[in-house]
Amino acid sequence: MTCLIIAESAIFVIFVVAYLFYLGKDLSGPAPRQVLELPILNSICLLSSSATITFALSSLRNNNAKRFSFWWLVTIALGAYFLLGTGREWHHLIHDKGLTIHTNLFGTTFYSLVGLHASHVVVGLLALSIVMAFALAGSVRQEHAERVHVLSLYWHFVDVVWVVVFTVVYIIGH
Amino acid sequence: MNGTIRTSELGGALPLVSIPEREKTVFDYVHSWLVTVDHKKLGLMYILYGLTFLVVGGAEASVIRIQLAAPNLHIISPQAFNRLFTLHGTTMVFLVGMPLIFGFANYLVPLMIGARDLAFPRLNAFGFWLSVFGGLLLYFSLIGGEGMAGAGGAPDVGWFAYAPLTAKAFSKGHSTDYWILGVMVGGFGSIATAANLITTILCMRCRGMALFRMPLLAWLNLVMCGMVLIAVSPLTAAQIMLLLDRFAGSHFFDTQAGGSAVLWMHFFWIFGHPEVYILIIPAFAFASEIIPVFSRKAIFGYPVMVGATCAIAFVSMSVWAHHMFTVGMTSVGNTFFVVSTMMVGVPTGIKIFNWLGTMWGGKLRFATPMVFSIAFIFQFLIAGLTGIMLACAPWDWQLNDSYFLIAHFHYTLVGALVFMIFAAIYYWFPKATGRLLSERLGKWHFWLFIVGFHITFDTMHIPGILGMPRRIYTYEAGRGWGIWNLICTVGVVFQVIGTLIFVLNILLSLRKGRPAGNDPWDAWTLEWSTTSPPPEYNFAEIPTVKSRRPLWDLKHPTDPDWKYE
Repeated sequence: MTCLIIAESAIFVIFVVAYLFYLGKDLSGPAPRQVLELPILNSICLLSSSATITFALSSLRNNNAKRFSFWWLVTIALGAYFLLGTGREWHHLIHDKGLTIHTNLFGTTFYSLVGLHASHVVVGLLALSIVMAFALAGSVRQEHAERVHVLSLYWHFVDVVWVVVFTVVYIIGH
Repeated sequence: MNGTIRTSELGGALPLVSIPEREKTVFDYVHSWLVTVDHKKLGLMYILYGLTFLVVGGAEASVIRIQLAAPNLHIISPQAFNRLFTLHGTTMVFLVGMPLIFGFANYLVPLMIGARDLAFPRLNAFGFWLSVFGGLLLYFSLIGGEGMAGAGGAPDVGWFAYAPLTAKAFSKGHSTDYWILGVMVGGFGSIATAANLITTILCMRCRGMALFRMPLLAWLNLVMCGMVLIAVSPLTAAQIMLLLDRFAGSHFFDTQAGGSAVLWMHFFWIFGHPEVYILIIPAFAFASEIIPVFSRKAIFGYPVMVGATCAIAFVSMSVWAHHMFTVGMTSVGNTFFVVSTMMVGVPTGIKIFNWLGTMWGGKLRFATPMVFSIAFIFQFLIAGLTGIMLACAPWDWQLNDSYFLIAHFHYTLVGALVFMIFAAIYYWFPKATGRLLSERLGKWHFWLFIVGFHITFDTMHIPGILGMPRRIYTYEAGRGWGIWNLICTVGVVFQVIGTLIFVLNILLSLRKGRPAGNDPWDAWTLEWSTTSPPPEYNFAEIPTVKSRRPLWDLKHPTDPDWKYE
């Protein structure tokens, strides 16, 4: 998983570099500051899901299956809410502001970087849901803690990437 | 020559009790290879896959050389010529180089570190089939490039696919998409296998095998896999952007909407330059195993070899823009990349020095693997020197994208990598099949190939200096290029005959080769302690090692290595 994270980080680095490289080089509007709003609640949800997945993992290590399922479900819910928030932001941008990937360089780099991250959230949610299904079937036990730990590393990675994306897109780019 | 040691001491094959089975059909045999997760079978399939495409890519190169043999030839159409050099480059790097190095790593690394398989055998099979699928996608463009209904059309954008040539407006049809997807899927396979090998080397070494007791081959593959993780993913990212450009209407490399074609160059070479080191480091790995055995000496300067490899890997990550001197960077940028490029020469020089130091005063045996290795040292040195010449920005302004450049990197990739791959095949073929390759045919192969190589690629520097650009379809008479191109093409004939002899050697030796025994070369690393071919579980008993040369310790109990390390 560490290897995967290294390789994935390199992919994100390239997209971030492209975003920063094209920042402010648009030939036409809209510019970031005209349309972007800070997704504060969204970010809080995603970042706190890193904490809840840690709670889930420690519950599993203490052999408390019920608490594990609870915190795991909370993690999935927070991740899903984040995804919903991204979807609403995109809907707002596309329908109300008329910014698509085709519009200008900002659209190109914004949708691809945020979309790349969102696609990782989707993959993470799928993996989390599979574990949830196993947990509901009663087959996630203490001895599986190591595997769940590896999956949680991926989820933490997705969160850390969001910190970078948030900084680059919503703070530097603003 | 045949080692008299008792292999059971290091865990040879278990005496198998034969169980009566129903007779195996051809279908069972093929099925067992298709579903295998055994690192040795996957390794052999990788190598077979690489060698098959080596023949395909070589045939493409031969047609290119025939077209260029004389001025004003029109043997193939200009369009076919563009497709041929694109396919030749892409094939040789992604479908020959990568599968071959991963094939050898797959086969040898677990055997050398005393493991029974890779850490994730099924991921290994997944990686292999992904890269096969990638290769098939690329070649499917030959029939599907213009859509299934239209005529075929392979990609014709060159192997580095510069923007904006790859934009939808200039590359119609789907051939470029097949290039993107084929290479991308193969890249996923490479990343998976690299992660797998790293985990194996870090976590699955046998008892006593500290990191600094590993054979150098394992060390160098560890470094190479680390580079794959960091270098291949930028290409994947850039290709995702290109796909978005082509299908979603984004503007990453669309200069008319303010996008930048130079950005693609940067992204491609951030992958592209580490990639050539990814390809050459396994060649170093083979040399570091073969040269000591045929010099009857332990490798000279083991820790320095490890350090130099890490240094090469590190520096090679910051040299990519020496491919772009002619783009027009700032003078600070130029200077940085000139200096960093020249710096790679230092650890590389250390390596060449250490190989020579290993041979110096040794009892040299000129078997086929060794003669290929010696040729490798010589040719890699020359390739390095022309590399230093091209690293000087003013020199590069004159000769970038000329045939001098083509001669330079073919010297590294053919003169070094392909020669070492031949050496490795002659060296480890007995381990994989239980039979030795014929030395007589091997020497014929070697001499024909090296003569052909030098006729073609020594000569190729000259039309480059005379101003012949790469990738031109044909040229006017009277430029003074004709005679040199003719000589280049003549050399190809020798190389083709040499390669045919090699294929013949493999086929004949598989049937009638001399039985190899466990340890035909009197070598020192763990793979030679088990049977040839090794059983599925590699070692009946996981060995314990005390030094870098466990088999030396076993053969010379009175004078073991571990006393001196």
